[in-house]
Amino acid sequence: MTNKLTIAPSPHVRDRVTTASIMQTVLLALAPAAVASVVIFGVKALILMVTCVVTCVAAEYLFDKANHKANTITDFSAVVTGLLLAFNLPSTLPPWMAVVGCLAAIIVAKQLFGGIGQNFANPAIVGRIVLLISFTQPMTNWLIPKKVIGGYELVSGATPLALNASGLVEQIPDYLQMFIGQRGGCLGETCIAALLVGGLFLIFKGIISPIIPVAYLGTVAVFAVLVGEDPVFHLLAGGVVLGAFFMATDYVTSPVTDKGKLIFGIGCGLLTMLIRIYASYPEGTSFAILLMNILTPHIDNFTKMKPFGAGGAK
Amino acid sequence: MSKLFSKSLNGVKVKHCKNTMEQETVVMPVPDKVVIPMKQHMGKECDPTVKLTDLVKVGQLIGDTTAFIGAPIHSSVSGKVVAIDEFISPSGEKNKAVVIETDKLQEMDESIAPPVVTNHQEFVAAIRASGLVGLGGAGFPTHVKLAPKNLDEVDTLIINAAECEPYITADYRTMMEETEAVVEGLSLVRKYLNLKQVIIGIEDNKPKAIETMQQAVSSMEGVSVATLKSQYPQGGEKVLIYETTGRVVPEGKLPSDVGCIVMNVSTVAFIAGYMKTGVPLIQKRLTVDGGAVAEPKNVLVPIGTAFGDVLEFCGGFKSEPKKVIMGGPMMGIAIYDMKFPVLKNNNAILAFTEAEAAPPVETPCIRCARCVNACPFDLMPAAIEKAFKAGNVEALKGLKVNLCMECGCCSYVCPAKRNLVATNRLAKKLVMESNKK
Repeated sequence: MTNKLTIAPSPHVRDRVTTASIMQTVLLALAPAAVASVVIFGVKALILMVTCVVTCVAAEYLFDKANHKANTITDFSAVVTGLLLAFNLPSTLPPWMAVVGCLAAIIVAKQLFGGIGQNFANPAIVGRIVLLISFTQPMTNWLIPKKVIGGYELVSGATPLALNASGLVEQIPDYLQMFIGQRGGCLGETCIAALLVGGLFLIFKGIISPIIPVAYLGTVAVFAVLVGEDPVFHLLAGGVVLGAFFMATDYVTSPVTDKGKLIFGIGCGLLTMLIRIYASYPEGTSFAILLMNILTPHIDNFTKMKPFGAGGAK
Repeated sequence: MSKLFSKSLNGVKVKHCKNTMEQETVVMPVPDKVVIPMKQHMGKECDPTVKLTDLVKVGQLIGDTTAFIGAPIHSSVSGKVVAIDEFISPSGEKNKAVVIETDKLQEMDESIAPPVVTNHQEFVAAIRASGLVGLGGAGFPTHVKLAPKNLDEVDTLIINAAECEPYITADYRTMMEETEAVVEGLSLVRKYLNLKQVIIGIEDNKPKAIETMQQAVSSMEGVSVATLKSQYPQGGEKVLIYETTGRVVPEGKLPSDVGCIVMNVSTVAFIAGYMKTGVPLIQKRLTVDGGAVAEPKNVLVPIGTAFGDVLEFCGGFKSEPKKVIMGGPMMGIAIYDMKFPVLKNNNAILAFTEAEAAPPVETPCIRCARCVNACPFDLMPAAIEKAFKAGNVEALKGLKVNLCMECGCCSYVCPAKRNLVATNRLAKKLVMESNKK
């Protein structure tokens, strides 16, 4: 037999799921919200999404190339980062600003820390926070779809959370309007219905565990009740649904064990509500997730699994 | 039987690929030459008891050891010893091997006679003389297993018929073709070890075997069949004990410490035959399968037959084999040479095509936790990998890498295709070496 046999460690069969296929499934789950954002905010939303995805992928490709590293864009994670960052921007944002956010996300938050799997903070959230702090005014310039004769028209206005914070409660849209996205906000966060479809799809496909979203949203609701606010409003307003299903569940920056995920989710919920109720920003989702990202290694250390049979009976 | 489990252990759903299930075992003719390594078990290597040019007969002792953990080796053929070679095992160990050119007469050794057994001690001695080792894959000498220090505390015999590895159907064929031998064998073990109950664990992807065994033991008190859900690795010793009895084998302890002895179904079937005939362990039922094999089947093969000969008997190859595996695809060992011989603890030969053998591309860990959720023992393979790369022995000890049974679930599910179980093996070695210091 001249033919050489392959020697490799077991197992000799592998599951079909790859990093790229996981990222593609996430993109599929984001699709309903992406479509909704174009329906609600028009072509500007599409332009921002394309800008962010292209910039993120190009930035990662060029960074790898410049540093003589293997090309990693085929894992689709940069596409996910780009789309998520776009979801976190107001539709009015000038595209060049979005580019700045993408560079912060991919170059600073992800690649400088070693690329996929090594970043301590969610790149899309870092990108959003950099933009929010650098370009506060354009980052809070919202459009709201208002009913006019023959359809809808986008008019300037405040987000429900901002209205709530400044006491303009009577201008807050009703539950149904908020559920389908007829309210001010970032382009991917407003259509709760679309986000829920995508989020539940990810849970159903086993891509994400339900622990973080349930703990996160549950904490938000309970906290709201305890401080005398409307829990349904707090779930529908802001970016908490987008954050709970798609940002806080980022594998790299959230804990590994079930117990750790529970702590992480509760922490995100608490911080979000503390910022919403007591801090000067009307919305706290991004900051909450970023802070919990930083705590993730510590949560992991505190929530190690107890192996079967270790040190005695289970 | 306590059924108050909190939950069953983790594992993975693998494609069963039990293509040869209904292929009745065919006996392979004796090959021209056999290579019989002097170590086919866990423990000490045997010393050859034959010399070059010696004529040997079927069942003749050709290797033995004085060590407790070890099992004698017998000739599977009649013929002439043409070489006592060095043999490199797949784990890299250098052992001796007796090479016998067969005369095709298959003359039986005159000394072969059914053993006379009246008590536990004689039973264990007879099992040792038969050369029997665990036939499920690990190859632990059976006589050692049957003589635990705390025999009076052992109450349960668990028959491992899970056969959770994909492709392999050899144990299934044993149950279907040698049902009586299985029942007789387990009864003998139960009798001489004075065990209260026997549980036969079978995965639910073998309904016919479950039905057959249930019928066969229906009149026996204390013998039951446990239907296990088809989830790899149900056949792992500690997993099987937990799933059938709810007992947890603590770290550093043996199954006998929780009152259990686990034996593979083909191992007990062999005991029944040996007690009747006295023919030692010289042949093995193998499943031959994989995309490259022309005629996948179950074959009864003399120990020492070259993989190449077995594969040729199965019609050769329908496409070029790129990987040949001794055992199942989850825990089997990729061998380097078609001349590699069939060993006692071998239960399958798989030949994979180029596509099946293509090594997956490794990418960075994305901390998805799939490995943690797949590990039957709740280990954290990704964290172990990180600690191993950092050379952090203390962290590895804390992560209990020593408990890893190397089932391969972590590597199987990893979307980044990392060789997690291979790293676990290296990490275990590192911890063991540091403990010696």
